[in-house]
Amino acid sequence: MSNSFFGGIHPGDAKASTSKEASRPLSPPSQVVIPMSLHIGPPCTPTVKVGDVVKLGQKIGDSEAPISAPIHASVSGKVVAVEPRLHPNGSMVMSVVIENDGLDTPDESITPHDGENLTDPEVLTAIIREAGIVGMGGATFPTAFKISSGLGKVDTVIINAAECEPYITSDHRTMLEHPDEVIAGIRILTKVFGLELAYVGIEKNKPDAIELLSKKCGDDIKIMPLQTRYPQGAEKQLIQSITGREVPPGGLPAHVGCVVFNVFTAYSVYRAVHEGMPAIERVVTVAGDCVNTPTNLICRIGTPLEHVFEAAGGFKLPPRKVLMGGPMMGNAQFSLSAPVIKATNALLAFSGKEDKNVSNPTCIRCGKCSEVCPMRLVPMYMYMYERKSDLESLEKLHVTDCIECGACTYICPGRLHLTQSFRTAKAKINAEKARRQAAEKAATEKTAKEVAKV
Amino acid sequence: MSKEYNLAVSSSPHIRSAEDTRSIMLDVIISLVPALAVAIYIFGLRALTLTLVGVGACVFFEWGYRNLLKKPSSVGNLSAVVTGVLLVFCLPVTVPYWIPVIGAFFAIVIVKELYGGIGKNFLNPALAARAFLFSWPVIMTTWAAPLSYSKFANIIGGADAITSATPMEALHMGKLPDATLLQAFIGEIGGSIGEISSIVLLLGGIYLVIRKIISPRIPLSYILTVAVVTFIFPKGGIDGLTWMLYNLLCGGLMLGAIFMATDYSTSPTTKTGQIIFGIGCGLLTVFIRYFGSYVEGVSYAILIMNIVVWLIDKSTLPRRFGVNKAAKGGAK
Repeated sequence: MSNSFFGGIHPGDAKASTSKEASRPLSPPSQVVIPMSLHIGPPCTPTVKVGDVVKLGQKIGDSEAPISAPIHASVSGKVVAVEPRLHPNGSMVMSVVIENDGLDTPDESITPHDGENLTDPEVLTAIIREAGIVGMGGATFPTAFKISSGLGKVDTVIINAAECEPYITSDHRTMLEHPDEVIAGIRILTKVFGLELAYVGIEKNKPDAIELLSKKCGDDIKIMPLQTRYPQGAEKQLIQSITGREVPPGGLPAHVGCVVFNVFTAYSVYRAVHEGMPAIERVVTVAGDCVNTPTNLICRIGTPLEHVFEAAGGFKLPPRKVLMGGPMMGNAQFSLSAPVIKATNALLAFSGKEDKNVSNPTCIRCGKCSEVCPMRLVPMYMYMYERKSDLESLEKLHVTDCIECGACTYICPGRLHLTQSFRTAKAKINAEKARRQAAEKAATEKTAKEVAKV
Repeated sequence: MSKEYNLAVSSSPHIRSAEDTRSIMLDVIISLVPALAVAIYIFGLRALTLTLVGVGACVFFEWGYRNLLKKPSSVGNLSAVVTGVLLVFCLPVTVPYWIPVIGAFFAIVIVKELYGGIGKNFLNPALAARAFLFSWPVIMTTWAAPLSYSKFANIIGGADAITSATPMEALHMGKLPDATLLQAFIGEIGGSIGEISSIVLLLGGIYLVIRKIISPRIPLSYILTVAVVTFIFPKGGIDGLTWMLYNLLCGGLMLGAIFMATDYSTSPTTKTGQIIFGIGCGLLTVFIRYFGSYVEGVSYAILIMNIVVWLIDKSTLPRRFGVNKAAKGGAK
């Protein structure tokens, strides 16, 4: 069962600076800023107010929406503000600010769930939901909802440990440092679907992790060494590499019988179940040419970025670009006051010396973009139509299938801003759809009124 | 560390491959150097001076045009240099120096820049210019015999060279050329400046494929098509294999298939499209060689196929991810 995905690039993994750096706990800052939006879906409402004293792991935000995950205090101390603060996505988001008392007094709710019936999906999803676990690879899709919506449809559980983005080693370190916990977490996530086998996809550039996990896991977990090729860890591509199945356009992995969990999510599930610990911290790779001592740090959610960079020895060069996530899909930050969130697998600081953008990007029709596109799209034509805002042609070329992996932009010798233009195109198409729907609704209402008059 | 940094925010991805248009064009130039070396050996230094004039003129016209129209300069990407080399490579060594200059003007200004510059032209600039230069048919068909020059004399007096029939003229009449197959393979034959040595052109092609500048799809499908058709339909009662080999090694096939038909701007970008394009070029090449009044068909074959590139691309778009997989994979 050795499959492969379409296209892809080899950007050079740049992981050497941190892959041997054992993750160490970062002492929590004097103040954490915890945004109420740490998952995909409607944001949580704060359940605490200014002046409240909160304990470590205490729930401070929750939502009634089905696609949501509660949020917990990552330090103990006093709530000093509940107000909109800068989120790493660039917008102002309602946040709970906690003054750290330095005691880490644990909340009473932190109790292991060992005695409970963990193969009962209802029991398990409740534990996972209450622990605020979301897709830790970056997508932040609430894990409990992913499980409950996949029940009965899933025949293959896949653990994403590809870690295909350059620089990032946080998942790699987690596998090396907590192999038993990771394996136990994978077993929980497999059993809940009534399945006996899980696949773990790991890129071959992590031979030590492949060896360690292969040695430790039994027949119920199959380690799948994967080609080191970006975007091996993209959900659709990982499913294709491991099962040969292709998720249909607009579909979910469950449509082809698959469910994919990030390896750090599996680790978090273990901690939630067997330690009772909610998602209040995560491993963050700190690297880039500006960082003095690249390293892996276990950061509390809500830690300001500047505190994290300080712990990595500060900057040796003034940073020009600070990224949350990898260089291929990470978000550029404009302020170091933004906090670490559940999806923060890396913080990278670059001096911009290697910036290869040009003032007049020009397509030379080399076709490399479509050769590397893992979704089999034709980026150069999509780009052309986006320039003209020709939405109809863009839809015909399936711009909406674009997973924004950035492979086309990376490879483009003419230095076009391809991925960016497809984001714009998708936004335009959605806006146009919304406009059309609104117009249709107005028209039906008008007809209904006229009919009523007659 | 409360210092505020001047942080740039942009859309991902934040890294790019080292390869850019300039490095690609530089690789193409490198791959053409061996062919130029053989040309200088076979035809004398005039091959070099003509190439320099062609390159200089192409760069000058591109610089001048874009300067005049206040467009950002593009000579740095070296594509004009490649056009210049390829233009001269498909001329006889006997042409006067003003021929590559006029050709350069036509290639760069009319064919390339008037349509928007690199990536926008729909005809191969070098081949279109060559077609235009046939306005001077005698000049364009006066061939020097290989190794017939005397030292440096031909740098100035190109027309003094001994004129001879090229292998293509023999093939056109359904006869075998005087040259042996080995001579044709290494390039000791008459013909255009850069087309004579199949071996160095193939080496250049292999270099480009290894460097991933071109895919072998177009050259292979083109050359194989010519091979198959000429093998099945030899002329003049000659045995198929010999006839096929002469057809592959003589004339502009290697230069055309490897360096002209793979021109990014004027060839399909889809995998299937590239194979269709190569086959089309091959069929038209043989058709023109067999039934045309001019002896060689490569340049017109490619120019004709250039015109349908967008149609080919449009009708060979890749299968959508996650759709009709079963149909494609057969029973399963």
